[in-house]
Amino acid sequence: MDVWNPHIEKLPKAQLDALQLKLLKIQTRRMWEFSPFYRERMRTAGVAPDDIRTLKDVRKLPFMTKKDLRDGYPNKLMMRDRGDLLRYHASSGTTGKATIVGYTKNDLENWSESLARAMTSFGLGKNDVIQVANTYGLFSGGLGFHYATEKMGATVIPASTGNTDRQLELICDLGVTAMAATPSYLMYLGEVAEKKGIDIHKDTKLRYGLLGGEPWSDRMRDRIYEKMGVRGFNCFGASELSGPLFMECAEQDGIHFWGDLAYLEIVDPETGEPLEPGQKGEMVVTMLQKEAFPMMRYRMGDITSIMEEPCPCGRAHPRITRIQGRVDDMIIIRGINVFPSQVEHSLMQHSEVGNEFQLVVDRKGHLDTMLVRAELKPEAFTDNIIELNALRERISNRLKNVLNVSANVELVQPGTLPRFEGKAKRVVDRREY
Amino acid sequence: MSENDKYRIKQLSIFSENRPNRLGAVAKVLKEGKINILGFSIAEGAGYGVIRVLVDRPDIARDLLIKDGFVVKFTEVLAIQMQDTPGGLFDLTDQMKDINIEYGYGYRNPPYAVLIVRVEEIEQGISSLLAGGLRLLDNVTFH
Repeated sequence: MDVWNPHIEKLPKAQLDALQLKLLKIQTRRMWEFSPFYRERMRTAGVAPDDIRTLKDVRKLPFMTKKDLRDGYPNKLMMRDRGDLLRYHASSGTTGKATIVGYTKNDLENWSESLARAMTSFGLGKNDVIQVANTYGLFSGGLGFHYATEKMGATVIPASTGNTDRQLELICDLGVTAMAATPSYLMYLGEVAEKKGIDIHKDTKLRYGLLGGEPWSDRMRDRIYEKMGVRGFNCFGASELSGPLFMECAEQDGIHFWGDLAYLEIVDPETGEPLEPGQKGEMVVTMLQKEAFPMMRYRMGDITSIMEEPCPCGRAHPRITRIQGRVDDMIIIRGINVFPSQVEHSLMQHSEVGNEFQLVVDRKGHLDTMLVRAELKPEAFTDNIIELNALRERISNRLKNVLNVSANVELVQPGTLPRFEGKAKRVVDRREY
Repeated sequence: MSENDKYRIKQLSIFSENRPNRLGAVAKVLKEGKINILGFSIAEGAGYGVIRVLVDRPDIARDLLIKDGFVVKFTEVLAIQMQDTPGGLFDLTDQMKDINIEYGYGYRNPPYAVLIVRVEEIEQGISSLLAGGLRLLDNVTFH
């Protein structure tokens, strides 16, 4: 199997640690010097760049959360001037305001580099044809794989999402060997193919699935393989970190986090105290080389653990297990992050419905569906069905605008949705992974 | 107070969410309140419904339903008397062609039949229906 960047990827653990420390020192100093936000944060925490002497000293740095990104909208966290920025992406924020991420030339290079290493690590190369069925646009999933594929020298088909008939046609006619998509979409595509009498394994060259953007399981990986003969490789990323970044190698046993690009910690979600390898906790990421939109001990909200044993592939870069949940109530629908707070915020714009709501997520034929149930206020009730339907339509349109995912809206009688003392549990997730 | 106000009939409009046996729940409240149902229809919205009921004691029925958690509104409708013979409806329609009807439903009440309609402009509707020679039922017939 080829290795994209042997020098970095095959660094022994001790040298990788030394490289990480060097990069962490440089990055901390950069943040201190170029960003009033980070300098202020470090001052408040009583830490200065010179205090970083060992890798463990990263723990002296303060955490960052999604709230910081929200408060920093749009440019407060950007460490470079517009002249140095080549691109923006945006992801959904927790309350309707998006999180804007900027990229310098090096940021884009490192992003592609990260995925090129990952894709090479399980067998892709310049002779492959990779169909990117992630959304192209503000969402980082499409363009991330796109440029990484080009960097690797493979052929990219920028199919984006939707139009499954066309996707299948391209897979058949252009000899597509790999597809980047959500696992549920790949399953769906497999079903559509079956209905059309296309046997993916016999009739096409598709063998690799670059899968992520939503929770999935090894059981689903097996099902995809049995059904289509496609091996699914798990991918992790987040727009805050650039986009899709890290993947499993050919061993399919944990996702490699490139140590020269990111420093990974697992902490106790309650106390913030660091946890040992093997212990389950919240993922905290410090990006070591990002220039425009750095991340200092960013609390991802994802629950996972670090696998310490060296990977048989020979890479000493740390691995994580599958994401095992969230510390907050974020859910992922068709690859898009959705926070119940966004739904709440959106519903609050409609005086006709109350503040209680319920979010019911289900999966119909491998595609996620979302139903938002809201209580109709008595004074907003009208005998006129057309007006009531229009209200429902308005609520649904606003949700779609805010969430980027279509939501079915159901109006219910006031007082019928569950009430909560303390933390509300508004999400009913009926999906099986 | 207009002379024609006696033709305004109080209909109960009840919001019905998409749950099994909501109709049963409405009927139970009315039964327990000893309310008699005179006319009735169900309209289907998107994921919910509106139950429309004519009853003998609308104010009491409304209070009982609200007490039970229902969202209820009064809507004024008109009751037009029809011949209970073939062509009974047709005979009315000619007099009604200039009126904008939002919805309607009918029931048989021998020896005649009744068409309940909700019109956009009720005052104007009453005048033109009467002017067309139609017989409107007085609300004392119901309440």
